[in-house]
Amino acid sequence: MLRLERRPEASHLMSYASPAIAIVLMLIGGLLLFAFLGKNPIEGFKVFFINPISDLWGLSELLLKATPLMLVAVGLAIGFRANVWNIGAEGQLVVGGIAASAVALYFQDSEGAHVLILMIIAGCIGGMSWAAIPAFLKTRFNTNEILVSLMLVYVSQLLVSWLVHGPMMDPDGFNFPQSAMFADSALLPLLFDDGSRVNVAFVLAIGALLAGYIFMFRSFAGFQMQVAGYAKDAARYAGFSAKKMIWIGLLSGGGMAGLAGMSEVAGPMGQITDQVSSNYGFAAIIVAFVARLNPVGIFFASLLMALLYLGGEQAQQYLNLPSSISLVFQGMLLLFLLGSDVFINYRLRWNREVTA
Amino acid sequence: MESSILTSILFATIVAGTPLIIVALGQLVAEKSGVLNLGAEGMMSMGAIAGFAITFETGSVWLGVLGGMAAGALMSYLFAVVVLTLMGNQVATGLALSILGVGLSAFIGKSYESEILPTIEAIRIPLLADIPIIGEPLFAQQSLVYFSWALFGAIVWFLYRSRPGLVLRAVGESPSSAHSIGYPVIRIRYLATIFGGAMAGIGGAFLSVFYTPLWVEGMVAGRGWIAIALVVFATWRPFRVLVGAYLFGGVMVAQLFVQGSGLEINIPSQFLSSLPYLATIIVLVIISRDQNTVRLNAPVSLGQPYRPDA
Repeated sequence: MLRLERRPEASHLMSYASPAIAIVLMLIGGLLLFAFLGKNPIEGFKVFFINPISDLWGLSELLLKATPLMLVAVGLAIGFRANVWNIGAEGQLVVGGIAASAVALYFQDSEGAHVLILMIIAGCIGGMSWAAIPAFLKTRFNTNEILVSLMLVYVSQLLVSWLVHGPMMDPDGFNFPQSAMFADSALLPLLFDDGSRVNVAFVLAIGALLAGYIFMFRSFAGFQMQVAGYAKDAARYAGFSAKKMIWIGLLSGGGMAGLAGMSEVAGPMGQITDQVSSNYGFAAIIVAFVARLNPVGIFFASLLMALLYLGGEQAQQYLNLPSSISLVFQGMLLLFLLGSDVFINYRLRWNREVTA
Repeated sequence: MESSILTSILFATIVAGTPLIIVALGQLVAEKSGVLNLGAEGMMSMGAIAGFAITFETGSVWLGVLGGMAAGALMSYLFAVVVLTLMGNQVATGLALSILGVGLSAFIGKSYESEILPTIEAIRIPLLADIPIIGEPLFAQQSLVYFSWALFGAIVWFLYRSRPGLVLRAVGESPSSAHSIGYPVIRIRYLATIFGGAMAGIGGAFLSVFYTPLWVEGMVAGRGWIAIALVVFATWRPFRVLVGAYLFGGVMVAQLFVQGSGLEINIPSQFLSSLPYLATIIVLVIISRDQNTVRLNAPVSLGQPYRPDA
């Protein structure tokens, strides 16, 4: 019989192979799903995974969608390394988007770069302040940050819904729940002038990945968080402050999520509506895990996740499937990854009969 | 007139609390065995769509509830394989299950979005239902409301009065001791987890078949997470789950009554709708304020993987 046997040492190879295994399993799962739905699996595969990136426009959309994912995932990864479970990035993204929009609407008639700079600052502060709530409650009252940050996602969605139905609603917008379109000075400049929608936020995201890399692997605080993630007691014995790590973990995730919210309203949206986020806050959690909490991995995992988004849109258009199929792929990917991670510490062995 | 408003508030509170009781009691049993499944939101969503679709296709409410239960159980089985056999991280796996369940239910449910099920009649208990004020809320409810009370009784008996319940709690407190005296820790955890999933599925089916009764994407609206918070709030005690669920049910219906009362008050409806989520945060703060409250009551091995090194 097959059984699991503990490896003497964790396998380095497997910790990198396991995301690849998970991706392959997800693809197989997808083929089965298409077949089950009565669609030709090969055709479905082509529509979902090949068509979205078969031209330059598609590739530019891939970068556009990957941008908020990179931002959020790198911020979250810093916290996850120390077992700080911020799973409310979705809400922090929304609040960052709200704060940036408030700045944009206030400076509606203003020219100059200060508008965008203030929007970036506002976005980060908005996301950080939303993340500060679970951080404060965790450090002060020992309240579970998973549940608090998640509850605040629902609150943030109601908050933005109220704002775009009330104070932020476009006065000339025929009562649609959305703000006025931002002035040009409040829109992120495009990177290319070939009609694609990729903007400066992509450069910011690459910068965030670099900064995240330096923090994680070249700074003392990053080292402390790494130690705390592996061995909580060792970190406490060494005198590392657990509260500081909770604050750093949540604020980095919140700040980056807020920046992602800013990049959405000042980028492809150009206004704020009650649909600020397309689930990026949750998808970024999967990105962070698939990437092994490593910024280099986050770059590639974000592209993969962005492809799942684009594939979902294509499947809706050409296969007549609901776009929520993207979520199905996302969930499968994470489940398969967590399952195949067992082979990092264990290996399969045939149980041999022991003869006395 | 006064008493009829009170009656309808009580009635609605009990209805709103019912899915929370069913889901939270299921989670309680799983957590007592040491398994923390954060996938309740996903399991409820799957239970809701399975219950709705099966009731709609077959016309049988009971097949629908069974289907919802099976969907929840199947989801939790998936979870159990990853965290119990493959020793995956329980927090991350639960999250994955939530994302998968919410996505898959939206995917399956797309074609049912404009359908409505017939309202299910309440079961009146003769005489008792005629008691003023409390008669209707307590004795003229839909069948699953009575089920939630029976479930409460059964779980109290199981956990504190039966031998298997004692073993289950032992597994949650100290899996290695339970293993060394010969109990199959992993199998017990599988069963407890699947029970939790089955209850989450029934809770979801209650929403889509009894409560609304229709299917809308995202209709579970965080109730799965609230149920998980409820177990913490109840410090893992069934009776407090019951009380807490009605407290939350009360918060949920209070906003509906305020909105429907026609009172001219200047509170945006979104603020009222956010009350259950804010209330969840507040009760979590109250219960966690004293570090020992949670530490002394939580099952010791909660959330930790265990593998008998035979």
